[in-house]
Amino acid sequence: MSETAMTRREWLLTDRPQSRLQARLGRAYVAWRRFTANRLAVVGLLIILGMVFLAIFAPLLAPHSPYVGDLAKSRLMTPGPAHWLGTDDQGRDILSRLIYGSRLTLQVVLLVAVIAAPIGLLVGTVAGYAGGWVDAVLMRITDIFLAFPKLVLALAFVAALGPGIGNAIIAIAITSWPPYARIARAETLTVRNSDYILAVQLMGASPWRIVLRHIMPLCISSLIVRVTLDMAGIILTAAGLGFLGLGAQPPLPEWGAMIASGRRFILDQWWVAAAPGFAILVVSLGFNLLGDGLRDALDPRGSGQ
Amino acid sequence: MTPALAIDGLGVAFDDFVALEDVSLSVAPGGSFGLVGESGSGKSTLLRAVAGLAPASAGTIAVDGKVLGSKRDKAFYRKVQMVFQDPYGSLHPRQTVDRLLLEPLAIHGFDDAEDRIVRALDEVGLGSGFRFRYSHQLSGGQRQRVAIARALILEPSILLLDEPTSALDASVQAEVLNLLEQLRAARNLTFVMVSHDLAVITHMCDRLMVMQNGRTVEQLTAADLAAREVTQDYTRGLLAASEGFRRDV
Repeated sequence: MSETAMTRREWLLTDRPQSRLQARLGRAYVAWRRFTANRLAVVGLLIILGMVFLAIFAPLLAPHSPYVGDLAKSRLMTPGPAHWLGTDDQGRDILSRLIYGSRLTLQVVLLVAVIAAPIGLLVGTVAGYAGGWVDAVLMRITDIFLAFPKLVLALAFVAALGPGIGNAIIAIAITSWPPYARIARAETLTVRNSDYILAVQLMGASPWRIVLRHIMPLCISSLIVRVTLDMAGIILTAAGLGFLGLGAQPPLPEWGAMIASGRRFILDQWWVAAAPGFAILVVSLGFNLLGDGLRDALDPRGSGQ
Repeated sequence: MTPALAIDGLGVAFDDFVALEDVSLSVAPGGSFGLVGESGSGKSTLLRAVAGLAPASAGTIAVDGKVLGSKRDKAFYRKVQMVFQDPYGSLHPRQTVDRLLLEPLAIHGFDDAEDRIVRALDEVGLGSGFRFRYSHQLSGGQRQRVAIARALILEPSILLLDEPTSALDASVQAEVLNLLEQLRAARNLTFVMVSHDLAVITHMCDRLMVMQNGRTVEQLTAADLAAREVTQDYTRGLLAASEGFRRDV
């Protein structure tokens, strides 16, 4: 048993990989080892994986319906065996709402990352590589977006587009790409005049090919790290929009909206607002820990060797 | 016979700084031309201007009798390739040797990539064991071999060498120079080689040009240099310097 494990390890760490796949797996394995060496990062990863698990199996795990409560008998009940985290003012089970709410949170986080990160990456690398007026135009647009506070700009967009979780996602994505563009541009500027990029130019590669295939891969790791660290901010922005009534609309169990509705009886029935607040805290923490670990594992300056 | 590379009155200026002024030279097919001079003499700029990496502000560059425009086309890159000075900076840090060699083939639409990569690695004396390594898993000499393989995989007729061995230690230098000599003989390549090392240039090149401050000092044959038949004081100074420190009384 241990012998096969050793040989698999050796196969991954060999100096002379025999195939493209082996070389790639070996590199991934080195990064994975560096990641797992950081205990806190693994805790972060487990938190996020736990949340994904909850989101996928929400219908099986939630003890009650997240939308229907018994207004007559179970309004604002204290946490107890029937309702582990108590019930809210509509008599709905808070634990079930939290579990279903993880779906919304994940959806927001993933969609924002999928929309914002590629936009930022593309704008930044193109601006950095092209230089000249292309750079000037793209970066001034970025500056304009950066000049507004994120939440205020998102509020303006949601106000224009109308409230709702979809529009909240679009608004957050529109406001969160500029930092990614800045990072990608900075990374591009450091590599654009290096010999290995000039060498590709000398092979007759088109500028698009150079940007997409040679510069972007170098920017991606620092971008992933930054996006992961921003996840917490995205969750908070989404929760903030929900709290202001501009994100998810009732009866959706969005965590920010849950806090907003619990605010009215925060002194007497504190658990109504505390439970979703705690959930936001834990998930934000998870993403931050994960981001820190990824930074150590993927940092291009550290992973050269 | 049309020269493989003919440069006439070439000038390169960066804003107000004149890096190269009125330089002319011609290299016959299969010839080997050396460029010598101190740092900042414009020898690397000359190579970069030929490759299209530095903008020419005056004069013409012609490859096989065809004058080049300011934009190079794909056919040019099939014909002219370059090996950079620093093998630690000229290989992409996130790509395997395989990927590095595949890229030029993909750009130019070769379909027998597999064979060519294996052959190119064999030619520069790296077995297929090196094919899937990343550049950080290679030594300096091995990296420079990969860079040479990458430059030759498109089968160019002219190879521009920008101090290809100055970043390597002495024993590896000799290996790489011998490899270049072999490849030149085997493929009838035309070399234009920059070096500040007169010994390397006399060993590798049949003709050479001495440069200073972006201008030509003189053109010589390797035989002239070996026989010390030089006309300019600057060249004499270079020769004396290359012989090392002498304690004159």
